[in-house]
Amino acid sequence: MNQPAPAILTIEGLGVRLPAGADRSHAVSGASLSIAANEILCVVGESGSGKSVMANAIMRLLPNEVSIDAGRVMFEGRDLAAATTAEMRAVRGAGIAMIFQEPMTALNPLRTIGDQIGEMFSIHTELSSTAIREKVLALLQDVRIPDPESAAKAYPHELSGGQRQRAMIAMALALDPRLLIADEPTTALDVTTQAQILTLIRELQKRKKTAVLFITHDFGVVAEIADRVAVMQHGHIVEQGDAASVLYRPQHPYTRQLIAAVPPLTAPPPRKLSDDIILSIGNVSRTFRTGGFLGRGARVTHAVKNVSLKLPRGATLGIVGESGSGKSTLARCIVRLIDPDAGAIVLEGKDWAKLTREEVRRETRHIQMVFQDPFSSLNPRRKAADLVAQGPIVHGTPRAQAIADAKELFALVGLDPSASDRFPHEFSGGQRQRIGLARALALRPEVLVADEAVSALDVSVQAQVLKLLAGLRERLGLSIVFITHDLRVAAQICDLVAVMKDGEVVEQGLAGEVFGRPQHPYTQALLDSIPGGEFARKHETSVFT
Amino acid sequence: MDAVKRYFRSPAAVTGLVLLLIVVAMALSASWFYPREPLALAGRPLIWPFSNPRFLLGTDNSGRDIAAQILYGARISLLIGGVATAIAIAIGILIGAFAGYYGGWVDNVLMRITEAFQTLPNFVLLLVLVAVFGSTLTTVTIAVGVVSWPAPARLTRAEFLSLRNREFVQAGRTLGMRDIQLILGEILPNALPPIIVYASVIMAVAILLESALAFLRLSDPNVASWGNLIGLGRDVLRVQWYVSAIPGIAILVTVLAVSLVGQGLNDALNPRLKGR
Repeated sequence: MNQPAPAILTIEGLGVRLPAGADRSHAVSGASLSIAANEILCVVGESGSGKSVMANAIMRLLPNEVSIDAGRVMFEGRDLAAATTAEMRAVRGAGIAMIFQEPMTALNPLRTIGDQIGEMFSIHTELSSTAIREKVLALLQDVRIPDPESAAKAYPHELSGGQRQRAMIAMALALDPRLLIADEPTTALDVTTQAQILTLIRELQKRKKTAVLFITHDFGVVAEIADRVAVMQHGHIVEQGDAASVLYRPQHPYTRQLIAAVPPLTAPPPRKLSDDIILSIGNVSRTFRTGGFLGRGARVTHAVKNVSLKLPRGATLGIVGESGSGKSTLARCIVRLIDPDAGAIVLEGKDWAKLTREEVRRETRHIQMVFQDPFSSLNPRRKAADLVAQGPIVHGTPRAQAIADAKELFALVGLDPSASDRFPHEFSGGQRQRIGLARALALRPEVLVADEAVSALDVSVQAQVLKLLAGLRERLGLSIVFITHDLRVAAQICDLVAVMKDGEVVEQGLAGEVFGRPQHPYTQALLDSIPGGEFARKHETSVFT
Repeated sequence: MDAVKRYFRSPAAVTGLVLLLIVVAMALSASWFYPREPLALAGRPLIWPFSNPRFLLGTDNSGRDIAAQILYGARISLLIGGVATAIAIAIGILIGAFAGYYGGWVDNVLMRITEAFQTLPNFVLLLVLVAVFGSTLTTVTIAVGVVSWPAPARLTRAEFLSLRNREFVQAGRTLGMRDIQLILGEILPNALPPIIVYASVIMAVAILLESALAFLRLSDPNVASWGNLIGLGRDVLRVQWYVSAIPGIAILVTVLAVSLVGQGLNDALNPRLKGR
């Protein structure tokens, strides 16, 4: 795009005011950008940067207490910031369409897909119902849903996440809008599905010459799809430019910091692994049965099938896989939150799979777990020091001693010990995850099971927590089972990697081997699907340098 | 202490609290204003209110001072309301917590029992209990509590069902906590706010249930209660209507106060639900 195309949407000095008592006065302030036809502009930023609020402000979909208080949003010669509700109704859907992060909640569960897409035509056009039906089928073919005829008759819950997102895109593109706003449309999807959806958006955008405002937190996705990039921090656009220059020659320090925090896809040089196996998992299986009556007609799910893994002392074993691969069930079997049906889990010579509940309760200090969600994994009604001291108190440490130890742990995980009498909601996501880590470490476990422990965190925070984890591994001689869906994260911290698919381990080995020379086709597909793979391999910065 | 601040921002909630404090003050000051037995004969029967300065609110059909009975009655209403609510909430939490936490057959058994209680109309069950066990103040209070527990039990169970699979409960389990520690220390404090709010509803209903019993002359006749006074006034309702109306207003004010406080607590504890 050498000759600058005329801008379709121009935002000039947009300010969006937050209600009093929020952590800053404006969600977005002084934001200016423009999008031309036939280009994809990616807005990148961490959570709380105001990128989604900006998108919603364009569509005027802000909550009541949040309002636009400065600037203009020019679209087709009209200022959307000052448009009436009736004018906005005509623009929404027909002029500007939007797709959301979670297609399950964005679709009405009580109506069929075809019905919901057809609604776009019945609201905005005068087409007959047969014409609408043909249009819907053509759209579903466009987004390459398998078997469009039956997909049109399906309800949202009958489709997979990727298919639902395709249906959302079909709905958004129904009226050939001039601008498509995509708010993290692939964040909730698995990596292979994400790759397909990104290709689809790119392709449809090329064909229909739509302008796309693509909001994401992932620089991999940016590298994959963007023509131009705008970086947001604290409600300000700190840098914008074309994709290549922002990605490879970032100017603003914040952009540099964000890009440096993106984990590269090359494993660090292998460390020497101990011959001493601390945890060995042999032929573990777990099957779930739901529904049915007296054993008949039940739905059987083989969540974990015959999995065997070995964890050397002091090493990190990564278990990677997409959602539904059974990796979280396996993690919960290891700590006995779920009882395995068969197999052995031998920790320091003791078979955990055979222990009674009461024995597990007493032995639990040898193996601890860090959870995924930094918000729901901490009891909101307990102070941070209490949360960390809980474990030792349960196992008989006097309370005063446990609280004093907790403060030392705070320092160990990089938190201010004086903050230990605050409640969890007063900490940020990354800080909470550190509290969760301190809680697990309070019992001085030999093995730590981290279930998606950094997945809910922003990329810069993610890098810090990974670094902390790697440091603690050295200092405390921890052995770690690290469960993640993100291969880039796994490549950073794991010595060994096992790839799971449909409850089975399809490939395992040293991290460098698995990522460098994948043998199984599924592993290869996973690696190929990583957004911005080229970019991830090229840029060298590692979290450990 | 955001919740306290939010509570005092609502005029209705503050009104409720003031009314409730007035009722409490009435109960506390009863023996100071009227050191004599409130059920003793004090003067001529059926004196109209404000006609004799000795009997500010007049006398009932046996010549007992209505004002004294109103003040002593506040004690009885608050006592029955408070104790019966405590009984109902305690049984409800116990049953709801076990059913919600353990699920499976424990849940099935406990919920079928709860449903069996719910299918009987409260008041009919109350009449049966009072008929069987007699109508002293103690039995009436316990009976009112016993008929009111199914609703808080179901509420507690629902809260436990949604909380028991949260990651912080799983974290507690991996730390080696016992079931009872998880139930009391981890889940219950998070389940309490809606239960506390519901307690105000139970308290209002408990006061009304006792009054209804007394109106049918099935409550304890040896204590000065508002319900008893209304029951007495029934005989002279067409002419000396004030005998029933004055305690009626007292009940209305108390129930209104408790409900407003409950609503205020609800808005203060669940700020996000407000205004929807």
